[in-house]
Amino acid sequence: MAVNTTFDFDQMLSNAREAYGEELLRMADDGLDFVFTYSDNVAPSSSAGKLIAKYPERCFNFGIAEPGQVGAACGLALAGEVVFSQVMGPFLSLRSADQIHTDIAYNDVNVRLIGTHAGVTAGGGPTHNCIADLALYRAIPNLTVVVPADAAQCCKAVRQSLTYQGPMVIRIDRAGSPAVYADNDYEFEFGKAIETLPGTDVTIISAGSPVYWSMMAAKKLKEEYGISARVIDMHTIKPLDVDMILKCAKETGNIVTVEEHSINGGLGSAVAEVLLENGFSGKFKRIGLPDEFAVLGDTDEIYKYYGMDPDGIAKTTAELLK
Amino acid sequence: MNLKPIDMATVHELEEECYKVRHKLLTLVYNIGLGHLGGELSMVEAAVAMYYRYMNFNVHDPHNPDRDRFILSKGHCSETLYSIFSNLGAYSLEYMVENFECLDKSKFGMHTNRKYCPQIEVSAGSLGHGLPIAVGMALAGRKQKANWRVTVMTGDGELEEGSNWEAIMSAGHFQLGNLMLMIDKNSLQMTGPTKTVMNIDPLDKKLEAFGWDVRVVEDGNDMLQVCQCLDNVPAADSQIRRKPIAIILNTEKGHDVDFMAGNVKWHGGGIAKAQYEEAIASLEKNWKERQSKWQ
Repeated sequence: MAVNTTFDFDQMLSNAREAYGEELLRMADDGLDFVFTYSDNVAPSSSAGKLIAKYPERCFNFGIAEPGQVGAACGLALAGEVVFSQVMGPFLSLRSADQIHTDIAYNDVNVRLIGTHAGVTAGGGPTHNCIADLALYRAIPNLTVVVPADAAQCCKAVRQSLTYQGPMVIRIDRAGSPAVYADNDYEFEFGKAIETLPGTDVTIISAGSPVYWSMMAAKKLKEEYGISARVIDMHTIKPLDVDMILKCAKETGNIVTVEEHSINGGLGSAVAEVLLENGFSGKFKRIGLPDEFAVLGDTDEIYKYYGMDPDGIAKTTAELLK
Repeated sequence: MNLKPIDMATVHELEEECYKVRHKLLTLVYNIGLGHLGGELSMVEAAVAMYYRYMNFNVHDPHNPDRDRFILSKGHCSETLYSIFSNLGAYSLEYMVENFECLDKSKFGMHTNRKYCPQIEVSAGSLGHGLPIAVGMALAGRKQKANWRVTVMTGDGELEEGSNWEAIMSAGHFQLGNLMLMIDKNSLQMTGPTKTVMNIDPLDKKLEAFGWDVRVVEDGNDMLQVCQCLDNVPAADSQIRRKPIAIILNTEKGHDVDFMAGNVKWHGGGIAKAQYEEAIASLEKNWKERQSKWQ
């Protein structure tokens, strides 16, 4: 399937947090029924704030109490509602782990947990870094885990999730990120990864904002190293698109993963498990946050520091293929 | 609760159901070898009052959207509910024994599971989950303009979990007129008296401070007292904003089985044949004594 992607350096960054709030508002205006619960970090001026102002009877603020918020989302869903529940990602995963496991996944309810501030995008240091959530979510049965590549894809995921059966986490950044896709005319299906760039020497598999960085890295690999890198948008971490991983392993021989997460337990680990269990003998490298509490600084600086920016990804990939 | 005030004949009928539920419970636990009899015996009067008189709930139509909801947050006390469902005609003792924790054929677990047993509202076991879930259900009731009530039963030791207090805060904040909390305050937790393990008193004052309408039942194992309290609870109204109802039931762990009553040793585990026979003998003796006091 061919998709139209973009390499526009000067594009306006679009914010998935704002975009999905607008999508929820459009969905409500379209007459679709759902409930929105949120924490004390949704500003009245934000797009979600507009949803809350327009549809107060279906929006509930739980303040600063993540386990209580996630538990209540379960109760709303058990009474027949589809629930979108926005929580700051680090506190969603770490504070509400028991509620996600037991109330949402074990009770098997139609709750869509929107975990914001992925990776180090919150700023402010390790207390606000969201680096262990994918490792946790992957080990919880019955949970679908979606990491949209850009704001528009996040909107697609949010709208499609309304009719999806079962619990889901949607993981997004704090702020704006570049658009990967030039238009909305592509098929998006949970659990079906998308090839955003063709290539023959290596496949870079990533999810979320790193998809764009990986595409930039692929461009650099071609121009500076003569390496043809394929890029895969693995927007659904669970269930993982095993067929796509094996196809790419067979066709390009080497695999690199990039994620806004600890290199332990996230996308890279998931891909490695698939490769090893299927007799993969090519080269493989995980790119992500190393096993340490991240250094302090601006988000882009931190990612650059850990070699997760396009230059770092290109360099690591080129070295791997030497 | 929109019913005519309780009369003694009805109280006696409900007391007899409690005796039958305890009998079924002891027999079930003896047969499967797993249970938490202390807390399962302490909660019987409150649970029987709800399922036999104060709730709109039919075990044969458990997913009726208009039903009242009962969430057992102390999910390890599931066998009291199974015994009630059984005595209300949903399951035979043999069926429950045969389908209890038997791998992929399980219909009943030591901790509640809503998918195995459709009369169970919430899959629970980890403590401190029922009340936050109940808050969400009550909010859904408000959005749907429904008239059903959500009742959640917790233990007292369970209230040491902080998630309860988040929900106690939010329920007070949202002023949920369709939410009721029943606390089975048997004053013992797994290893000792709640007061010495981690004191949670004064519960009434704490709940009142969080914006709850608190009622205390002096003896939560006295059916007349339980019914008199529940008679005075206002009807569930999802559209009204008022203080959510909390009922503190002072109960006795292991109630009505003399060698278990008030004994911390009987928190969890199975019972051997001799213990089962002694327990049934004690239950029957207490039942006869109670009947002899009826005029």
